[in-house]
Amino acid sequence: MNKPVRRIAIFCGLLVLALMIRGNWLQFVKADELKNDKNNMRVNIARYSQPRGNIIVDGQEITGSKEVNGINYKYKRTYKNGEMWAPVTGYSSQVYKPTLLEGVEDKILTGDDDRLFFNRTIDMITGKGKKGGDVITTLNAKAQEAAFKGLGNKKGAVAAIDPRTGKILALASTPSYDPSRIAGANDGDAWTKLNDDKNKPMLNRALRETYPPGSTFKVVTAAAALENNLYKDVDEKTNSPKGWTLPDTRNLPLPNETTMPCDNVSMRAALQWSCNSVFGKISADLGNQKMIEQANKFGFNSDDLQIPVGVSKSVYPKDNRPQNAMAGIGQASNRATPLQMAMVAAAVANNGKLMEPYMVDKLRAPNLNVIETHQPKEMSRPLSPEHAQTLQSAMETVVEEGTGTSAKIDGVKVGGKTGTAQHGVDNSGNPYAWFLSYAKKGDGSPVAVAVVIEGSNTMRDDIAGGKLAAPIAKNVMEAVLNSSK
Amino acid sequence: MPNTNTTTVSTAGQPSRRNTELLLLAFAVILPCFAYANVGLALDGEMPSGMLGYGMGLGLLAGVGHLVVRKFAPYADPLLLPLATVLNGLGLVIIWRLDQSKRLQASKTFAPAATNQLLFSALGIALFVAVVIFLKDHRVLQRYTYISMAVALALLISPLFFPAKFGARIWITVPGLGSLQPGEFAKIVLAVFFAGYLMVKRDALALASRRFMGMYLPRGRDLGPILAVWAFSILVLVFETDLGTSLLFFGMFIVMLYVATERTSWIVFGLLMSAAGAVGVASFETHVQQRVQAWLDPLGEFLMSKKGIGGHSEQSMQALWAFGSGGVSGTGWGQGNSDLIGFAANSDFILATVGEELGLAGLMAVVLIYGLIVERGVRTSLAARDPFGKLLAIGLAGAFAIQVFVVAGGVTGLIPLTGMTMPFMAQGGSSVIANWALIAILMKISDAARRPAPTPVSNPDAEMTQVVRP
Repeated sequence: MNKPVRRIAIFCGLLVLALMIRGNWLQFVKADELKNDKNNMRVNIARYSQPRGNIIVDGQEITGSKEVNGINYKYKRTYKNGEMWAPVTGYSSQVYKPTLLEGVEDKILTGDDDRLFFNRTIDMITGKGKKGGDVITTLNAKAQEAAFKGLGNKKGAVAAIDPRTGKILALASTPSYDPSRIAGANDGDAWTKLNDDKNKPMLNRALRETYPPGSTFKVVTAAAALENNLYKDVDEKTNSPKGWTLPDTRNLPLPNETTMPCDNVSMRAALQWSCNSVFGKISADLGNQKMIEQANKFGFNSDDLQIPVGVSKSVYPKDNRPQNAMAGIGQASNRATPLQMAMVAAAVANNGKLMEPYMVDKLRAPNLNVIETHQPKEMSRPLSPEHAQTLQSAMETVVEEGTGTSAKIDGVKVGGKTGTAQHGVDNSGNPYAWFLSYAKKGDGSPVAVAVVIEGSNTMRDDIAGGKLAAPIAKNVMEAVLNSSK
Repeated sequence: MPNTNTTTVSTAGQPSRRNTELLLLAFAVILPCFAYANVGLALDGEMPSGMLGYGMGLGLLAGVGHLVVRKFAPYADPLLLPLATVLNGLGLVIIWRLDQSKRLQASKTFAPAATNQLLFSALGIALFVAVVIFLKDHRVLQRYTYISMAVALALLISPLFFPAKFGARIWITVPGLGSLQPGEFAKIVLAVFFAGYLMVKRDALALASRRFMGMYLPRGRDLGPILAVWAFSILVLVFETDLGTSLLFFGMFIVMLYVATERTSWIVFGLLMSAAGAVGVASFETHVQQRVQAWLDPLGEFLMSKKGIGGHSEQSMQALWAFGSGGVSGTGWGQGNSDLIGFAANSDFILATVGEELGLAGLMAVVLIYGLIVERGVRTSLAARDPFGKLLAIGLAGAFAIQVFVVAGGVTGLIPLTGMTMPFMAQGGSSVIANWALIAILMKISDAARRPAPTPVSNPDAEMTQVVRP
């Protein structure tokens, strides 16, 4: 009977071996995959087992962590002035995936980033708990406040950039939400309510919504005209007669919304009074390809703009001739994010050099060592310096004595462009009021702003941008100018 | 040279190894004490208040066990008692650790289990002591072959009269005492029955067969018992929806049958029949289908049950995450989150806590300890001098091995989950008590096997005959 017993012994040995192999498979081969599975609650538990690092603006923390000692999570994210900063911070929830800076810089904030390895090791040896690093932003609290307050209870967005570096100074979107409300483990109701809200408070309109840019796009068209030598400068008379009709159409004129004269005026005058016929014809004369090239230089049609938060693509599409002519005045099918239009203003203000926008200046380890500093980077040169300067002078005319006078700031050169974008089938939707502008001092321009306001019921003329959006832009510019003094 | 011959009667006598046992036992008590301190420090930053009680309790139990063995089974295997003690002790620590979980405390069904488990361990050791003292010779059990069968049947059928819990009908509820899992006891009683029955029938089963295609086919009348056991295990599965127990009984029977008859053909039959039975039952038993489904796609089941759209068990996936999150070295005692598994964390899924908090290293150690117990059982079978003892020992060892494999394999996702308890570690009175009895019987058999044979009666002629050696 001993032979079968020995065989049974081998069989039992194989059973044990199978268990050991399985154990190794799970805990060695598949361990990382299981450990980091997004459905594995431990990922979140670890995330909230220590206070999260903070997002910092002007040296002040705009986020915080509260010890709640819940069953699963020890700490909860809190936000200071959450509604105002939501388009920057995003949210970090105990339940939902983090977004915007909270999402992109999650590893730094949780302390999991590889660059914090040394810190973690020291902390482990000295018996301290793991700590998260901080994200120091480029934002300007005063400018952000001006933007957020200016938007008030209107639906819209503001993006402001420092044209010299690409630093994002303000990024506001309304209606907004307080991320604190959805930070906890039991905030499902608030989450559902926010998601079901038809005003979409969680939509980041400054980065993630694209609008028809309307007349503000004429700045791009003017740049294209100059760059392609269609007209030598902004004061040359343009060959654009009254009642100009769209190409390939049977007498479909492109109407002007202004009573000011638009036939054969210079680009300066056309910008000043926002003449559709002039810029529609420029776009048609240059053709779709050249317009696309110019738009691309300003950042249109780029999938991968990361600031480091991803930005939705602004498009200037391939199109037929009449559509291309319409696109030249910011209607038809071209669309832009507020940030994109701020980039247009910034490139012009920065003498034709477009700096890559960014909102994270530094990443800081818990021991206050800086582990990464963002270096300003040139993105492209949409305009030569001479063309940029001549375009600046035209934009300044718009503010001095054109449609954008409400953005005037005493003692500072301000350039701007208004826009009222029609949208919806047969223009049935309420138009979007746009304004983009920059302020300039002796040593260059410290700020370029784009403002968009959705749904202004009352005004359907080109002045809407000037009336509704320009004052906000002015306040934002003033906030930046005052703080850089 | 140490005496390695374990099969033949030797008058030389083997060392009793009781001091080895004592040393190992001390280690087996100290280890859980350290673990206990470690959990306390990790959870509260201080030594746990009940540590002395649990430590002394475990030490006392082990000490009593050792003294009784020293007196009544001096030649018993020295490893079995320490191995069982260390598993029991570590199990207690893990159960205590899970008692502290806020997550489990928040659940409706929560009741602290560590104190009860210590009580059950005491009962288990009491039964161990009783068996060691009162079972003078394991061959006595042979007399109770058919009574064992009746008892085993009664034990197995009894849960049918009680309501099902967690989808399986394997408990009986005694008012005031709590619930009992008779299947655990049936395991031992059935082994006694099989050993007794096969002892008598082994020749008929082994020799009276026809050769067919290179295999020995048994006669119909000898096929009777195997068919009966097969049918019985299927019935258990169908009526009590207890996949694990039916697998255990059938596996144990095949192992013992094979050892008794030394015929491979029985194994082939056994496997074919169990496969047929499993497929047959799985085709209409939804409980079994759900288990298989949860095994094939644990994540899918998890997500479905999370969203409340079907899905029957999120535990399988939770257990896999527990293992994965433990990694090679584990999170450390008390610092894992295996309580996410839910109410079964301290019973069916206790191994997941080992995996998460002690890591791959700890899991391997625990699996090896189980493997060692099985190995000592098999060794006892090899050493046993009587066929009944041989069969009983291999039956118990085989059953233990199958149970460990089925539970551990189920929790780690190697095979579908069946819901048996991890011997000694898992929370559950019946299991701890029954397995202590199992260890006691194995030790009695090993004691009989390793005991020096009585010195041959001296032959009066021997003195007369002078043997001249060169």
